[in-house]
Amino acid sequence: MSQRPITEDELHAFVDHALAAERRAEVEAYLDAHPDVAKRVAGFAGQRELLRAALAPIADEPLPAALNLAHMIEARKHRPSPLRWAMAAALLLCIGASGGWLARGSQQAVPGGLAALAQEAAYSYDVYAPDHVRPVELRASDSAQLTQWISNRLHQPVKVPDLSPSGYRLMGGRLVATSHGPAGMFMYDDDHGGRLVVLTRPMDKRDQDAPMTAQSKGDVAGFAWADGGMGTSLVGQTSPEALRPIANEVRKQARTI
Amino acid sequence: MDQMLLEIEPLIPALRRYARALLRDRSSADDLVQDCLERAIGRWPQRRDGAVRSWLFAILHNLAIDRYRQKATRGIHVSIDTSNENEFGEAAAQESRLMYHDALNKLATLPDDQRAVLLLVAVEDLSYAEAAKVLDIPVGTVMSRLSRARERLQREIDGTTAMSGNVLPLRSVK
Repeated sequence: MSQRPITEDELHAFVDHALAAERRAEVEAYLDAHPDVAKRVAGFAGQRELLRAALAPIADEPLPAALNLAHMIEARKHRPSPLRWAMAAALLLCIGASGGWLARGSQQAVPGGLAALAQEAAYSYDVYAPDHVRPVELRASDSAQLTQWISNRLHQPVKVPDLSPSGYRLMGGRLVATSHGPAGMFMYDDDHGGRLVVLTRPMDKRDQDAPMTAQSKGDVAGFAWADGGMGTSLVGQTSPEALRPIANEVRKQARTI
Repeated sequence: MDQMLLEIEPLIPALRRYARALLRDRSSADDLVQDCLERAIGRWPQRRDGAVRSWLFAILHNLAIDRYRQKATRGIHVSIDTSNENEFGEAAAQESRLMYHDALNKLATLPDDQRAVLLLVAVEDLSYAEAAKVLDIPVGTVMSRLSRARERLQREIDGTTAMSGNVLPLRSVK
C-alpha cells in the first residue's frame, strides 16, 4: 500500500475518473478499508450519474434552426463590413499555412496606408468595444497618465480627443499592437451604449499626409486620415453621416497640439 | 471557414446543455448559445490554438454571468415539461423523469459558482484545469467549489431521502 496519504482532491478526481490507473487502485484500496469515506464517495458518484442522465436528453435534441452554424457563418458573410473584412483577412492568414488560401490571403490581409490603419481600428473595436469587464486599461480619470504613456510609446505628442460636444464621453484607452507597431486606442461611449474607437499611430513614410477617407461598409462606419506623419482612424457602429462630423472634430483637435 | 464549422459544430449540443442547466429555460438558454456562437465566429481568428472547447465554454459562461446580472432572478421554478405527458406514459419513464426533475431542482439550489464548477466537471467532462480556465479562477478554487457543491448537493439529496424514502426502492417493494 502506498505511503502517500489520500487527499480530498483525489477523492473527487476518483469520482471524475481523472486519476492515473495506479493511483486509482490505491484510492480504491483506501475506500475498501474506510466504508464511511466510501459511502460519501459513492454519493458523489451517484450525483454525477444522476446529473448526467438528467441532462443528457438536452444534448440529444435536434438543434434549433437558430443555432445552425453554417447558416450563421453564411449570414455573416453576406453582411460585409470593415470589421468582417478584417476578420476574414485574419482568418485567411490563420488557415493560410494549410494550403492554397495563402496566395489569396496575402493579397487582402496586409493592405498599406489608410486601409491598414482603418482595419487595425476595426480590430480594436471588435475586440475591446464589446468587452464589459475591461474595455480600456487606463480609465478617463487617469487621462493624463494615458496621454503620457501613449505619447512615450509612439514617440509623438498625442492628445486624447474630447468628444463631449458630440455626446461621447471618454472611457479611457490603452496601447494596442498593430502590424505597424504600437498604436494608441481611445474609447468613448454615449448614453445609449454606443461606443466609438479612435486609433492613432505613426504612418509609413509614403503615407505621412492623406485626406480623410470613408471606410464604411454595412452597419460599421470608419474614417481614416493622416496629418504630419500621424494616422488616425475613427470607427463606430453608427452611420457614416453621424460619424463624419465627429471625425472632423477629432482631426481638428489633433492639429492644435 | 470549414475548419471553424468542423471544430465548433460538434460542441453545440454540449453548450446548449450547459446553458440550459444554468438558466433552466430553453429559449433563454438557446438565445445565450446563439450569442456565444456569434461571438465565436467573430473571434475565431483570435482564439488560441487547441482548446476550442474550453474557449467556447468560457465565452458562454461569461455571457451567462452578464445575463444573471441583468435579471438577478434566481430560483424561478420551471414546471415539468408538459410535452411528455401523453407519449411517455410508461410508469418507469415517468418516475425517472420525476427523479431527474428533482435532481435539477436540487442543483438549482446551489450557489451559481458552485453549480458552474459541478456542471463543467461532472457533466461536461472538462478537466479541472480546463474548468479553471473557463471560470478564470485557480485550480485550487475549482477543487474547493467542487467539494462544497458535492457536499451540499448530497445534503439536499440525503435530506429528502431521510424524509420521504427513495423513489426507486418504494417501487420495487410494490
